[in-house]
Amino acid sequence: MSSVRRPVLAALVLIAVLAAGCGASPGGSDEDTGKQAEEARESSKKIDVAKAGDVTLTVWDQEVRGGQRKQIERLNQGFQERYPNVTIKRVAKSFEDLNTTLKLAVSGDKAPDVVQANQGRPVMGQLVKGGLLRPLDAYADAYGWADRYSKVLLDLNRFSDDAAEFGSGGLYGLSQMGEIVGVFYNRAQVPEPPETFGEFESQLEQAKADGDVPIAFGNLDRFAGIHEFETVQAQFAEPDAVRDFVFAREGATFASPENEQAATTIQDWAQQGYFTPDFNGTGYDPAWQQFTRGKGRFLIAGTWLVADLADAMGDEVGFMLMPSREAGAPPVSLGGESLPFSITSKSRNPDVAAAYIDFLTTADAGQVLAETGNLPAMETDAEPVGALAGEVQEAWLTLNEQEGMIPYLDYATPTFYDEITAEIQRLLAGRTEPGEFTQSVQDGYAKFTEKG
Amino acid sequence: MRAVSPGEPRRVAYLYLLPGLAVFAAFVLVPLLHTGWIALFEWDGVSAGEWVGLDNFTALFTEPELRTAFWHALVLLVFYSVLPVAIGLLLAATMARTRVRGLTAFRTVLFLPQVIALVVVAVMWRMIYAPEGGLINEALRTIGLGALAQNWLGDFNLALPAVGLIATWVMYGLAMVLFTAGVQKIPPSLYDAARVDGAGPVREFLAVTLPGLRGEIALALTLTTIAALRNFDLVYITTGGGPGDATTVPAFEVYDRAFQSGQVGGAAAVGVCLAAVIFALSFAINRFADRGLR
Repeated sequence: MSSVRRPVLAALVLIAVLAAGCGASPGGSDEDTGKQAEEARESSKKIDVAKAGDVTLTVWDQEVRGGQRKQIERLNQGFQERYPNVTIKRVAKSFEDLNTTLKLAVSGDKAPDVVQANQGRPVMGQLVKGGLLRPLDAYADAYGWADRYSKVLLDLNRFSDDAAEFGSGGLYGLSQMGEIVGVFYNRAQVPEPPETFGEFESQLEQAKADGDVPIAFGNLDRFAGIHEFETVQAQFAEPDAVRDFVFAREGATFASPENEQAATTIQDWAQQGYFTPDFNGTGYDPAWQQFTRGKGRFLIAGTWLVADLADAMGDEVGFMLMPSREAGAPPVSLGGESLPFSITSKSRNPDVAAAYIDFLTTADAGQVLAETGNLPAMETDAEPVGALAGEVQEAWLTLNEQEGMIPYLDYATPTFYDEITAEIQRLLAGRTEPGEFTQSVQDGYAKFTEKG
Repeated sequence: MRAVSPGEPRRVAYLYLLPGLAVFAAFVLVPLLHTGWIALFEWDGVSAGEWVGLDNFTALFTEPELRTAFWHALVLLVFYSVLPVAIGLLLAATMARTRVRGLTAFRTVLFLPQVIALVVVAVMWRMIYAPEGGLINEALRTIGLGALAQNWLGDFNLALPAVGLIATWVMYGLAMVLFTAGVQKIPPSLYDAARVDGAGPVREFLAVTLPGLRGEIALALTLTTIAALRNFDLVYITTGGGPGDATTVPAFEVYDRAFQSGQVGGAAAVGVCLAAVIFALSFAINRFADRGLR
């Protein structure tokens, strides 16, 4: 019997050898991304797209919801009408799908030309590190992109060419829309919006005493916890301290007294019953839907809900930035911009792709964005549609002028989203003390920064 | 060449296995080995990987998150395998003794959860578990038991059992169908003999039904164990591993590490380990069943 087993064994060994052989080191060669980036910058130029011959641009985006879909469809059509020699092959994906498939797509042989690569180290940082995105600095100079955006917005799309530094260095994408995480309120229940953080807290107390839900909040989907925490954090920590932390600059730490104060405050809110009962078990959508039905005087959420809230509540809903602790102090708020459009290193028509990105971000494009119910991130004199959108736009301009925007914490490290969301759930459930919370978030962060 | 008499094994037979082996190798063995290879690197999925030897495997024992995940998988085994098999046995034993009118209809209804896509099941149960407006809590409040209403998926102690119960609901139909089919295969003479000997329902179950169903039980345990250990969709949709890390499981960690946080090597190590555990458990279950048959 043993003699007949030998071929089988031999086959298995052969397979093992083959598998190991074709494996080598995964991820291929360790190319000099810095040199590659420099070459890309030198070869970048503004061209007349009409004379570029027949070109097909493959674009991966996640502009699939309501107004987002409308704007990208209109702008894509507009670009193709202006340049009939260009065909845009659009691949639309949901946010999650895009993030999970992007790395494979961009590193493959048939990489798309333009992709939306989410800001921060988890997605854009890793793509830059792998040399898979093209720096856009030369295009930015040629097209004057720096004039369209505030510095803080451009910085969010910047990485050094080796991706060691975030928030400075080369420009790797341009975003179309702005977003702010602010405070929506029910006008019927909140006749006088609070003007200081202290007033906000006393209104929460009043709402609780009246038997209402003060803040509609659902944290089953986890990401909402970041928005609640950072909105409070913004009232205690210096904006630059938060930015330095997210961009992992020298000496930045999460275990600061200010962060601990913020953690204490928000844990206190949870313990006082200022949030929807059982918020850790309530989904994100049910929470804001409860707010539209009057179960919740306030809702701390992003401007991506504007269209849905306005549809459900009409003029009943108002928007404001979380007021500062001192009356009249400049507001600080969590905010940012939509996923940036980037050009892949493997694109055969980077110059056409740059013209496309330019087209998506002109003042005229801003007009299209406003008409379709979006908040334009670029400079534009477009008028917002509807009262709520007007309030949002005003808040956006204030934040940009006063540089009061702080970036999402989960941009900080590739694993930070999991760490901070889990810790916030623990903090709000009263399972950790504020000091333990800041320390254990810092510990996870330090694992990344120490590795360099 | 020595002549082989008819019926004797011949080497040429291996040739017939080749097409099957080739397909198996291409789609199972090679990817498996390749996964094992990737597990030896620290790799973000994009830039060049760095050789770290067995570090990713030692992390399975040293990293608290991963230990927790594997512990949760074991807890879920109770809900995925033990409970459904117990419920299935109970139902099968009842159906074996009594003539239920409309048995087929019952069986179909009880089996339905198996037929629905798990994603749909998870979305549905998320609604059922909702603290406000969810079926369970509202029902409790309606009958005056509002004090028993719970924060099902948001409570650190309840979330894992709550997710587990969904699995029980999905799996027991499968166990029941296997067992009722198995019971019909047991010769009625055995039941008659047991009754003549004066066995009550419990004795009859232990002496006749249970031994007769050994093979089916092994099959049910194998299927449900595999489902338990590779459980991903239920957790992903209902809790995302939360609150905190109260419901995280190995398969969820694989997804999270490979596709979200750029730890492809670590994800591969978890995957290899998971495959090994599944293999060991299925092997043990089947050894146990085989030994019983002799």
